[in-house]
Amino acid sequence: MALSRLSLRSNSFLKPLAATALPTSIRRHVSTDTTPITIETAVPFTSHLCEAPSRSVETSSEEILAFFRDMARMRRMEIAADSLYKAKLIRGFCHLYDGQEALAVGMEAAITRKDAIITSYRDHCTFLGRGGELVDAFSELMGRKRGCSNGKGGSMHFYKKDASFYGGHGIVGAQIPLGCGLAFAQKYSKEENVTFTLYGDGAANQGQLFEALNIAALWDLPAILVCENNHYGMGTATWRSAKSPAYFKRGDYVPGLKVDGMDALAVKQACKFAKEHALKNGPIILEMDTYRYHGHSMSDPGSTYRTRDEISGVRQVRDPIERVRKLLLSHDIATEKELKDMEKEVRKEVDDAVAQAKESPVPEPSELFTNMYVKDCGVESFGADRKELKVTLP
Amino acid sequence: MSATIHGAATALSTFNSVDSKKLISPCRTNLPARSKRCIVAGSDASKRSGSRLRVGHSQKLIPNAVATKADTSVTTGTGHELLLFEALQEGLEEEMDRDPHVCVMGEDVGHYGGSYKVTKGLADKFGDLRVLDTPICENAFTGMGIGAAMTGLRPVIEGMNMGFLLLAFNQISNNCGMLHYTSGGQFTIPVVIRGPGGVGRQLGAEHSQRLESYFQSIPGIQMVACSTPYNAKGLMKAAIRSENPVILFEHVLLYNLKESIPDEEYICNLEEAEMVRPGEHITILTYSRMRYHVMQAAKTLVNKGYDPEVIDIRSLKPFDLYTIGNSVKKTHRVLIVEECMRTGGIGASLTAAINENFNDYLDAPVMCLSSQDVPTPYAGTLEEWTVVQPAQIVTAVEQLCQ
Repeated sequence: MALSRLSLRSNSFLKPLAATALPTSIRRHVSTDTTPITIETAVPFTSHLCEAPSRSVETSSEEILAFFRDMARMRRMEIAADSLYKAKLIRGFCHLYDGQEALAVGMEAAITRKDAIITSYRDHCTFLGRGGELVDAFSELMGRKRGCSNGKGGSMHFYKKDASFYGGHGIVGAQIPLGCGLAFAQKYSKEENVTFTLYGDGAANQGQLFEALNIAALWDLPAILVCENNHYGMGTATWRSAKSPAYFKRGDYVPGLKVDGMDALAVKQACKFAKEHALKNGPIILEMDTYRYHGHSMSDPGSTYRTRDEISGVRQVRDPIERVRKLLLSHDIATEKELKDMEKEVRKEVDDAVAQAKESPVPEPSELFTNMYVKDCGVESFGADRKELKVTLP
Repeated sequence: MSATIHGAATALSTFNSVDSKKLISPCRTNLPARSKRCIVAGSDASKRSGSRLRVGHSQKLIPNAVATKADTSVTTGTGHELLLFEALQEGLEEEMDRDPHVCVMGEDVGHYGGSYKVTKGLADKFGDLRVLDTPICENAFTGMGIGAAMTGLRPVIEGMNMGFLLLAFNQISNNCGMLHYTSGGQFTIPVVIRGPGGVGRQLGAEHSQRLESYFQSIPGIQMVACSTPYNAKGLMKAAIRSENPVILFEHVLLYNLKESIPDEEYICNLEEAEMVRPGEHITILTYSRMRYHVMQAAKTLVNKGYDPEVIDIRSLKPFDLYTIGNSVKKTHRVLIVEECMRTGGIGASLTAAINENFNDYLDAPVMCLSSQDVPTPYAGTLEEWTVVQPAQIVTAVEQLCQ
């Protein structure tokens, strides 16, 4: 179930797209063509202290199809999480990413698994983008042992070390210094990798962002700070919380780029550009103009501070999945029916994963004390009442 | 072992296993069975009130307990003498030589050499990438150190004064302490956070803080406090080698302590307490600078006929209840002397832990001498009164041993 561009589908072959000639009983392979297509982004980039990349994005039908499939999967996962939360199988906080999927897939398309990503609590789709399994995600959300953090992290603490996904952080803005630390480690080890540190428009007002930015610029760290501007910091709109809503310019001496975050191809182009820039010149800020359909979290209806018309308006005009669908149809890469079938498959995938996660066991009570310390020097972990809850770690 | 009343030897043996190049497991010495409790007839039979502020009229208040020279019996023949900050530097340098992943970050640690000279000369030797001068942003550089540690680097983060680390509390608590747990064991944070704290010489309230009381509840971290050049170097090395985040508390006034330490490599156990002076009558638990106040008081106590057992607990989180417990089982009386504030300090936790676990062995309530619950005043005389002085310790012991 890898979400990389090198997909499970058969190797590329050029097949004439004469769909109408084939009987409908034979399922036509949708195009796995990797010949490059160039597509113009709808909205131009706005830049600060740097030259904006070109609006023409190199891509291929395989890639666009992968975008569609991955985004559909992410969307379904978030909707499924919504219903699970309402069924009280997911508790606590659940921050959903639907509407912002283009960011996760576009970024993945531009980088490798060695580049690090660190984000805030809205991390389900980023986890999936990094190669996380649906079952692991749902298990973690429901607090099962199978979860990516063994059920001990929850919605806000998804991590995947082998894919360089560093989470998953609950405190707003606290991941920004961590992200600069990751970039520092990459520079220290002389790897040619970069770190994408994602934060929101609300976190953009945190002091630690500017502290970390100063250090990153001073030490030329390969850090790319990505502001996911979905225009609302929980219930506060950007015009009410920021004097200067041009988040890409806030870096002052650090170059910035403003990107249409609902366009996966634009995101891909910007991230590619940013990676090249960061490896040569140090940090850069990307502001992704995006939107979330759900409220801030499941306990927020999302309609007290914005109108339903606004939400449906964005959904009609700027929805990332619809955009890619139109692209696929207009470039004749796939038919309407194929895309619908793909969506049905994805839905089934997600439903299966939910069912599997529902069956998986909860952690044992002894798991309470595991992974408190790395047991290297004989450290033991005790409960408050040392007599009864004492556990000797393996 | 019958206790001698007069003239017990005040040998301060530094009781640390010297296992070079190997991390040692906690020593499980077999202490003798509970000896017969002997009645100590104090020379001064008058009752003293429990107030810690009362000073014996006959005793001169000695404010400068740091000047006490510790008699150490060096276990090996050769050794070299150095000051505590040099011992820390030696430990740090050896670890940086040994492992290229170790780096230092902090304010003025590089070119300036460190505000207390702990990192002097390291920038010239290792370069700017390994000894990093950060701008003044504790939150950010602590976070950066933790982020770097997530990938496998081993940063040593210096807070110029422990009090400044309050600005990085979020990073230390949420990210440093909890990431290993919330990621299900995926990430280890082998970071060392160190810096001087404690009450100094009229440094003022904000620069005389004891942060061990604030950090002690954070799950997932280990805290140690060094008190001699020997254990400073040993603990520094152990902390750097440990895979867990360790906060190493140094004390501003102890940096110029001189001691002879072994030439060969050694490490101190992070979770073990140090038996400073074995005794029979009362267990005195202490750490960091108060160790010296206690040893000063011990001299007076021995002259008065008491035989205190002094333990430097060293490991503030987790407590070495094994050593402490064995001592309590032997002496049945406990006095805790600490520099933390009374409310919510290390002593408070230690009192609770001892009461819970060793209640049956106690003949008297655990007494805890802590600093006053006030911001440390600037005036010298008032500052003396905020911290526990040797005379108060003597009084407390006499009261407990009645």
